[in-house]
Amino acid sequence: MQTTWRTGARRGALASTALGITLALAGCGDGDATAAAPAPAPPASAAAALTVKDPWVKATGAGVMTAAFGVLVNGTGADVTVAGASSPASPMELHEMAVQDGKMVMRPKPAGFVVKAGSTHELSPGGDHLMLMNPGAAIEAGDEVAFTLTLGDGSTVPFTAIAKPFAGAGESYAPGMSMHPSGTPMAPMAGATP
Amino acid sequence: MTARPGPVSRRRLLTGGAVAGLGAVTGAVATGVAASRRDGASPVVAGDAAAGVGTGTVAFHGPRQAGIAEDPPAHAAFVAFTLARDTDRRALARMLRLLTDDAARLTGGVPALGDTDAALALLPARLTVTFGFGPGLYRAAGLAAPVADLPRFGIDRLQPRWSGGDLLLQICADDPLTVAHTQRMLIKDARPFATVRWVQQGFRRAPGVQAAGHSQRNILGQLDGTANPRGAVLDAAVWRPDGSSTVVVRRIRAEIETWDLLSVADKENSVGRRMDTGAPFTGRAEHDEPDFAALDASGLPVMPDFAHVTRAHVTDPALKILRRPYNYDGVPDPRGRPDTGLIFAAFQRDIVQQFLPIQRRLADKDLLNEWITPIGSAVFAVPPGCAAGGWIGEQVLG
Repeated sequence: MQTTWRTGARRGALASTALGITLALAGCGDGDATAAAPAPAPPASAAAALTVKDPWVKATGAGVMTAAFGVLVNGTGADVTVAGASSPASPMELHEMAVQDGKMVMRPKPAGFVVKAGSTHELSPGGDHLMLMNPGAAIEAGDEVAFTLTLGDGSTVPFTAIAKPFAGAGESYAPGMSMHPSGTPMAPMAGATP
Repeated sequence: MTARPGPVSRRRLLTGGAVAGLGAVTGAVATGVAASRRDGASPVVAGDAAAGVGTGTVAFHGPRQAGIAEDPPAHAAFVAFTLARDTDRRALARMLRLLTDDAARLTGGVPALGDTDAALALLPARLTVTFGFGPGLYRAAGLAAPVADLPRFGIDRLQPRWSGGDLLLQICADDPLTVAHTQRMLIKDARPFATVRWVQQGFRRAPGVQAAGHSQRNILGQLDGTANPRGAVLDAAVWRPDGSSTVVVRRIRAEIETWDLLSVADKENSVGRRMDTGAPFTGRAEHDEPDFAALDASGLPVMPDFAHVTRAHVTDPALKILRRPYNYDGVPDPRGRPDTGLIFAAFQRDIVQQFLPIQRRLADKDLLNEWITPIGSAVFAVPPGCAAGGWIGEQVLG
């Protein structure tokens, strides 16, 4: 009964259940379903290299940064690097949480996430995550948001994440928290423990 | 199949696929009951060992929602919500996708998405989550409601804190911690769309205490649910062709102080059954059909006209209701008077055709009314189930 949202199967499920409301369209709550373009099909090699299990994104208001999470599953015998992420919903960056000067900070991880051969890599609140820097519209609870991961070899992995209301694990993407353009550490995470 | 299916074989049945699984469960219950009746009329039926209780699952997906036809697990939380003013049809769809997704995970023993205490999800203990749509949900969606609030009955002393509701989540499991965690996760999902209107927490016998399929005693000591439909009769009484149903949830306070003043004979007279065996006055065993034509030596009906069983009796099997009650037992007041009673959940195809006639007869004349008081009432349509990848309510709101 566990829903393993393999990217291809998940898109098939969405298409077959006549969701018809906010289908995979940039997390726009008032989006017109008929305008929802299907995400481009990934190269076959990419679909085999990496899947995204249990993806979700933290619901947020327009212009308020938020993050997407899930479990990256590498079913191959070679390491896979997630080099980048994109979404019609927002400009994106790959982020990590790290201890710097004795404080837990969130910062970009330009080298990307390495998923070891035959292994999984969890993206979670308080850990590595996909950062939505400036959502163009509110991402409301229950919205389906489309994402595309770009791997080290240039192939892509599309997936769809459901938006959840969430406050936990010391995460705080408050509107007052600013992103430094140079990628230096951001505001300390209140209440977070290493 | 054995007369009393052990936890392991039962679990295999329950996990044996969505559609086939539902049928198998009904079959198992019916068989268990038939076999147990041959055991005799002992008022106490010991249960199986509790091994495997924690890992048991009930299939979430299927054409009909789970949490209705199966034997009720030991614990339940009935959670009713009031929709926020701006929760419209589109927002309802978003809310129900979220709730369905997490309900499907949790009932399978898998943590909710973003579960902040994931370890609490790993023992589902036959967890089910059943969705009900109140009249207000249909209003919010701009749709005609298939259910309407019950008319007021003379016996009612309804309190707003236990009445009404736009959305119901009936959460049942054999473990109270599982129910608590599920309630917490699902309320979190619903929070952007609705406020909690009321929560009623109830219990039945702990798993394994009594063999499955046997009537359990309620807080008044009565065997409860003897006349419940089973097997094919249940199917005809509860389900519409599209897999939908309806549920009435009433909070019935037990007037224990005055009930305790009664002799056993008086208690039996109020119901028309023996307290120990549950047998009707005209029979020897619990499941003997009451004979309402039988007269005693003085020419009076053996089954009193004012008794609960007489008033509630339904002749046409298709017009029966499925009682799925839970006991509640709150904190006594400083003088020691109990706050106790029944969370009376009744499932049926049609409230007006099935539930209302029974309720009218009971409200009109039922000696048991002296010792019970309805203090809460709510009605909900039960939408069909959904397949994996779908969501509860998609046929209504999609």
